[in-house]
Amino acid sequence: MQCPKCRGRMRTFDRNGVHIEQCDNCRGIFLDYGELETLTNMEAQWAQQTYAPPPPAHGGPAWGGGHHGGHHGGHYGHRRNSWVGMLFSS
Amino acid sequence: MDDHRLQAGDLARLAGHDGPVTVLKRTKVLVVRAGDVVVKAHPPGTDEESLRARLDAARALDGVMLAPLGLERLDGRLVTIWPAGEPLTMDDVEAGATPWEEGGRLLARLHARPVPAGLPPAGGPSRLPRAMADLAPAGVPAPVAAPILEAYATLPPAREGGALTHGDWHLGQIVRHGGGWLLIDPDDLGPGDPAWDLARPAAWFAAGLLAPDDWERLLTAYLAAGGTAVSADDPWRELDAPARALTVQLAATAVAAGARAGEPPDDAAEALVSACGRIVAATRAGT
Repeated sequence: MQCPKCRGRMRTFDRNGVHIEQCDNCRGIFLDYGELETLTNMEAQWAQQTYAPPPPAHGGPAWGGGHHGGHHGGHYGHRRNSWVGMLFSS
Repeated sequence: MDDHRLQAGDLARLAGHDGPVTVLKRTKVLVVRAGDVVVKAHPPGTDEESLRARLDAARALDGVMLAPLGLERLDGRLVTIWPAGEPLTMDDVEAGATPWEEGGRLLARLHARPVPAGLPPAGGPSRLPRAMADLAPAGVPAPVAAPILEAYATLPPAREGGALTHGDWHLGQIVRHGGGWLLIDPDDLGPGDPAWDLARPAAWFAAGLLAPDDWERLLTAYLAAGGTAVSADDPWRELDAPARALTVQLAATAVAAGARAGEPPDDAAEALVSACGRIVAATRAGT
């Protein structure tokens, strides 16, 4: 197959079941009908599995700290009174 | 102990109750519940004129703040009488039932009210130097106090502000009463920078103690209710300075309490002291 742009030679690759033609000369990529959608869906699935949840909507300070387990999320552990008590004191 | 029990009973009798008395709090203040009222003996030396102005302001804040039933005097102490509300408990918090949204909405509504004439300034910012002054008398070891003192030295002066602010807001300052939640304790109520009312939870969040989701619930509800203390696009523009101050104050208070109890700093105190270290580093880096 010839590249529709530069007339170079197209080489065929298979990536996760998606058929991709790439031009040896200009590196341009040719996708068959529906393959762009397949790639987009795969990308979205991968992103869902990989990315951490988004940061808080309202940001935080430059000096903010990491959130470590044990202080929140419903399991306060044996230190309950130190932290939960602080929520109630001046 | 006999002395304290007697005092609690005296407070209840002052409010016209002879039945069983529950001591709710005994710090610089003594708060007891007797029947359907709560009676509070204010610290010795409380200024009567200021307290009266604050009680009048609370009385005018219906739907936002619990209204007092009366002001008395007992053995030289000023004593206020209140309808008993149902407080939030630690069990509520651990069960995930903290009404963060209600807290945010109440603060937003408070900040929108006009400041009554004659009200003294909000008491929030004055708590910081008091907490710092208590480090040495509490016997906090120098290496523990060092990062707190260092962070304190980097703090900018508190911003002036003209909004009606609570001055000492935390989860012990909301009660269920008459079918809804209300703010209680006007002892620090007055004109000030309203961001100080959000600064304590902001400091908990920045120290990694308060879960980001909980912090967002409070802040989002505050902004959705028209809260004016912070800007919606960048709340930390207004929050940063008071949250730094509260971080230092809470760290100082936590290590002083630990020292008085003869214990090393606990996890929460350590998280706050670490945040003090980051405040110093951020100031050095110019952020």
